[in-house]
Amino acid sequence: MAKTSSAAAAAPIQRVSLLRILGPVHVWALGVGIVLVGEYTGWNFAADKGGTLAALIICWVVGLLYTAVAMIDSEVTSTVAAAGGQYAQAKHIVGPLMAFNVALYLVFAYTMLEVSNAILIADTMKAYIGEGFTDWHYKGIIATVIIVLATLNYRGVLMTLNVNFVITALAYLAIVVLFFSVQPWSQGAVLKLNEMVTPENALPYGWIGVIAGFHWGIWYYLGIEGTTQAAEEVRSPARSLPYGTMAGMITLLIGASLTWYVCASLMPWQYLGFTYYPLFDAGKLTGSKALETMMFAATILAALASANGCINDAARAWFSLGRDRYLPTWFAAVHPTYRTPYRSIVFLVPIALAFAFIANLGQAITFSILSGVLHYTFMSVNIMMFRNKWPLGTIRRGYTHPFHPLPAIVLFILCVVTFFAIFLGYGAQLTAMVVFYVIMSLWFHFYRYQYVRRGDQFTMPWPRPKGY
Amino acid sequence: MWLTLINIAAAISGLLALWMLYDWFKTDTSYSEETLTSSREGEIEAVSEKHKV
Repeated sequence: MAKTSSAAAAAPIQRVSLLRILGPVHVWALGVGIVLVGEYTGWNFAADKGGTLAALIICWVVGLLYTAVAMIDSEVTSTVAAAGGQYAQAKHIVGPLMAFNVALYLVFAYTMLEVSNAILIADTMKAYIGEGFTDWHYKGIIATVIIVLATLNYRGVLMTLNVNFVITALAYLAIVVLFFSVQPWSQGAVLKLNEMVTPENALPYGWIGVIAGFHWGIWYYLGIEGTTQAAEEVRSPARSLPYGTMAGMITLLIGASLTWYVCASLMPWQYLGFTYYPLFDAGKLTGSKALETMMFAATILAALASANGCINDAARAWFSLGRDRYLPTWFAAVHPTYRTPYRSIVFLVPIALAFAFIANLGQAITFSILSGVLHYTFMSVNIMMFRNKWPLGTIRRGYTHPFHPLPAIVLFILCVVTFFAIFLGYGAQLTAMVVFYVIMSLWFHFYRYQYVRRGDQFTMPWPRPKGY
Repeated sequence: MWLTLINIAAAISGLLALWMLYDWFKTDTSYSEETLTSSREGEIEAVSEKHKV
């Protein structure tokens, strides 16, 4: 017996890790899949804050913010290729407390976005079905969306992101089809931009309205940085992540501009800033039943793709925290057959359901946006520290972003503007969230960090940083 | 028709939730905790990339 025990103890443990199976297409599907729902709802609330023209200005200025995010992220992630994305970056470049906070931002941003998507699907179905739709059906749809997608994620990352690619591509194609169906080359035929946007109503609240609109303008692109969560599951992180992320950003910039043009030309700003379904409404306003049905289906598909990607990303961030003992290691389990972080996926299901049943869409979106902007602020600091500690030429980078430090400075300034915009609309929620993160930081510093194996958490075979 | 489909979808999602819980239980009882939590960050990078520029 003793011999058997010692033999078992001596036998090496069979390692079970996440599967390296994804390519650039899956990275694109993950990033664009998470974000595209923002064209179907959310961005248009910027028109309520500052008018239709403000929504366009924000579309491009926030596009600049996210281009900076994508470039910075691509450079750092092509070097720190690990699940957890920005969490792993923060751990190696800034330190454990920052990493813990970044992981919390990620988990909350993606879980709240998943919740928002489930609520959006239920609201859209309710609006479409009308008579006979009860609270039971509403909650049934929310539960179905969250559980079915969690099951898909549980069964494997390849199928999850293959499905995401198909439904994201269909939802994107619907925007392109709608754009060409309304004859954009012939103003007056269907589109009436000159009637909807006039010098008098273009910026009804002036430039302060433009700044206030940043809060919702983030929604055009929120989540593109989620591509980095796939870092440990792509075959060639140094190539696939920059390629998939930048291609995704280009896709979204085009999609956002087309969306604004069609919606702004069909709806007055007062309605555009109020509706939950601007593209679905645009389909209705064309008078074509086929376009209306297509945009209804595309709204559902976009929300499904987003929720699917969010489950993938939130689970990987949570899993990474467990693997480094920032949370109990129990969360760091990988399924031996499906090679997914199955306990993290299942653990986050009841949390998402609880928020989906008690929160409304505006609160859930704001929670997600706030966590996202905190995260982007970190990224601007992170890239400065990364370049200072490991200058070009000291470690191998899959991608080197141009014009450093300009993108980092632009990103930081735009984050400050967005915080101000959020404060104008949701000051109490902003303060409450910051207090929450401070309390969690204290918990981590004074209690949880004693369980962390300090040497084990730094895994990248990098040279000693400059100045250390 | 839509309402019936929603009811059917909700029932299927209930079954899927039960399947996930069953598979979770089966996995946890079939493998040791060391095996399940044996994943390590950066293992492949450590082998394939030495960062010699």
